[in-house]
Amino acid sequence: MQIAMKLSIKSVMGALAWSAFALHALAFAMTSPAFAFTAYVSNEKGNSISIIDTDKLEVTKTVPVGHRPRGIALNKDGSELYICAGDDDQIQILDTKKLAIIGTLPSGPDPELLILSPDGKLLYISNENDNLVTAIDVATRKAVAEIPVGVEPEGMGLSPDGKVLVNTSETTNMAHLIDTQTHKIFANVLVDARPRAAQYTPDGLELWVSSEVGGTVSVIDAANPKVKQKIAFAVPGLSKEAIQPVGLRFSPDGKRAFVALGPANRIAVIDTATKKVEKYLLVGQRVWQLAFTPDAKYLYTTNGVSNDVSVIDVANLKVVKSIPVGSFPWGVAIADQ
Amino acid sequence: MIFKHSIFAALLGVVLAACPLPAAAGATIDVKAGFIRAPHVQETLSILDLPAADDGIAGAKLAAEDNNTTGRFLGQTYTIEDVRLQPGDDPVAALNGLLQHGVSFVLADLPAAALLTLAEAAKDKGVLIFNTSAPEDSLREENCRVNVFHVAPSYSMLADGLAQYLVWKQWKRWLLFKGSHPQDELYAEALARAAKKFGAKIVEERIYEDTGGGRRSDSGSVQTQRLIPVATQNAPAYDVLVAADESEVFANYLPFRTWDPRPVAGSAGLEPLSWDGTHEQWGAIQLQNRFMKLASRRMNARDNNAWVAMRMIGEAAARTGSNDPKILRDYLTGPEFGIAAFKGQKQTLRHWNQQLRQPILLGDGRMIVSVSPQEGFLHQTSELDTLGFDQPETKCKLQ
Repeated sequence: MQIAMKLSIKSVMGALAWSAFALHALAFAMTSPAFAFTAYVSNEKGNSISIIDTDKLEVTKTVPVGHRPRGIALNKDGSELYICAGDDDQIQILDTKKLAIIGTLPSGPDPELLILSPDGKLLYISNENDNLVTAIDVATRKAVAEIPVGVEPEGMGLSPDGKVLVNTSETTNMAHLIDTQTHKIFANVLVDARPRAAQYTPDGLELWVSSEVGGTVSVIDAANPKVKQKIAFAVPGLSKEAIQPVGLRFSPDGKRAFVALGPANRIAVIDTATKKVEKYLLVGQRVWQLAFTPDAKYLYTTNGVSNDVSVIDVANLKVVKSIPVGSFPWGVAIADQ
Repeated sequence: MIFKHSIFAALLGVVLAACPLPAAAGATIDVKAGFIRAPHVQETLSILDLPAADDGIAGAKLAAEDNNTTGRFLGQTYTIEDVRLQPGDDPVAALNGLLQHGVSFVLADLPAAALLTLAEAAKDKGVLIFNTSAPEDSLREENCRVNVFHVAPSYSMLADGLAQYLVWKQWKRWLLFKGSHPQDELYAEALARAAKKFGAKIVEERIYEDTGGGRRSDSGSVQTQRLIPVATQNAPAYDVLVAADESEVFANYLPFRTWDPRPVAGSAGLEPLSWDGTHEQWGAIQLQNRFMKLASRRMNARDNNAWVAMRMIGEAAARTGSNDPKILRDYLTGPEFGIAAFKGQKQTLRHWNQQLRQPILLGDGRMIVSVSPQEGFLHQTSELDTLGFDQPETKCKLQ
């Protein structure tokens, strides 16, 4: 059934112009649970990107890339994947059709995470080693701004309107709110120890920040940047120290937040409105990052120690598949083709 | 009496001018720390262990830089004043000098007796002392002091961390080989206690007499090669030789030279450590890289303890917005305090004796082999409390 549908898409692909196809595919996706997307997974020790066909739920290819790839992000049309190759001190550009590295972007030393501006023109990169966030013009491949932040910059988030860039600094323990027009920090919010991910709720009203060592998620009021609530976790049979929130994603409708709990090997599912944990989903070992399929039906998690990716059925809150990938998977991004 | 004073301020005006950032409203808070350190023994068996001139203090300087980076956003500055004692110098005079300069936080890299003297002298002076090197359990137990925080792990924490791994490995029969100095005896006692606590057995105890003499010789290791097999001969059946040599007399001669082909642990071979230059897990590589940039060498345990101590001060000052030692003390001993220090989990204080809870690394000088607490060693409040004297057995009455 799934294979048949994918074939039908491919058969129309040649006949239709791109825009028409996109519209068609959108309509098609609404009725079909099995539209094939492509998931890219960075393997931190494997020095490679695993490419997963989300229809077949398997790795179709493994592409060797630079050293210690962690954060990855796709460009707007999914034609390029930007890879933080931390030990090479650069961002590599992977052509997603040719599956070859076609160039590099300058970054400061040891780039770890990155995010693309909503218009697709700028890449914001956190440089762990020199306390900077670097903005790079994708077209000219030149750094256009360097923003001094706290010690060990890590997570990067953008407000839905693109006006605010958020960076977390792991040893300073802050979320730094940066005006994307001026590239200046306008607010610093202290959160619990070793903040990792920063994500705005889709309505832009709240900013959630995970704290790996603190073991909490801080909910920050976006309009008046202060912590208004902290979400804690408790998994029966696990010590408090084992619960280390890292990756964080909201479902596109904003109703639920999914938080990766690291060595607790679980994803916490949180009701965004009530801030209550609804469920803990058991995934692979040392879960790091999360990405939704473009239709929001599935959530992919990278599991660093068990060398696999868990696939979560979002509607039923069930882990439906584990896909073996490369060595020490870390980042994940999913393209709609 | 000669002190080498050097005021270190990582926050330069140039940096401030280059990046005008919205600091917190109101006046700047200056957090002033001092570092009192006694010279470390230069007689080490391995040249890799020779202490650098900035041993320990380099870690505190790095943390002051880190704190200052954070301080830019909060309107806080951090300085650390280095006082390097010469043999015979009085640590109390050093303390008084620091007090005159307005220092409220003192990092101490001192032997146990000097630390106690310092703690007594600092009583009622509104100063907090951070022990960054002395491992004696007595400092955390019968001689605990309300104005001293212990960042360095105790002998019992180190010994328990090692014992858990050896027991997990099923190396339960130990040949304990200890030196003839009082410090060696203290470490050996902790190892013996750990064996009992976790179900290992010391099949025999031997003493290696220190007959004096230097560590370096152009004649090479011919004598050592003959000496060590003989010293370890005729032992009852054992799985691992556990050495207690705090004085750099013999332990590093043991590996590969024992009569029976057995691994060595303790003061050589597999060593329990609070930190090592080879540790890179849990983001530690970032700290190692920063330290290398600053000091042009790898970070050792004393550097790291000093870094953690200065970060504890920074953390407490950042959270409370204060430089008042009373307020910082309340924060550090309160339920909110926890510090991220690159060992995989939050580190907190044992409120009953002000010892920092922490995982213990097990390293061979090349790699980190394992990290304790080991899986399966359970505890009702924190698995970290399986390491060292626990609350029900403490002799500490903070005063």
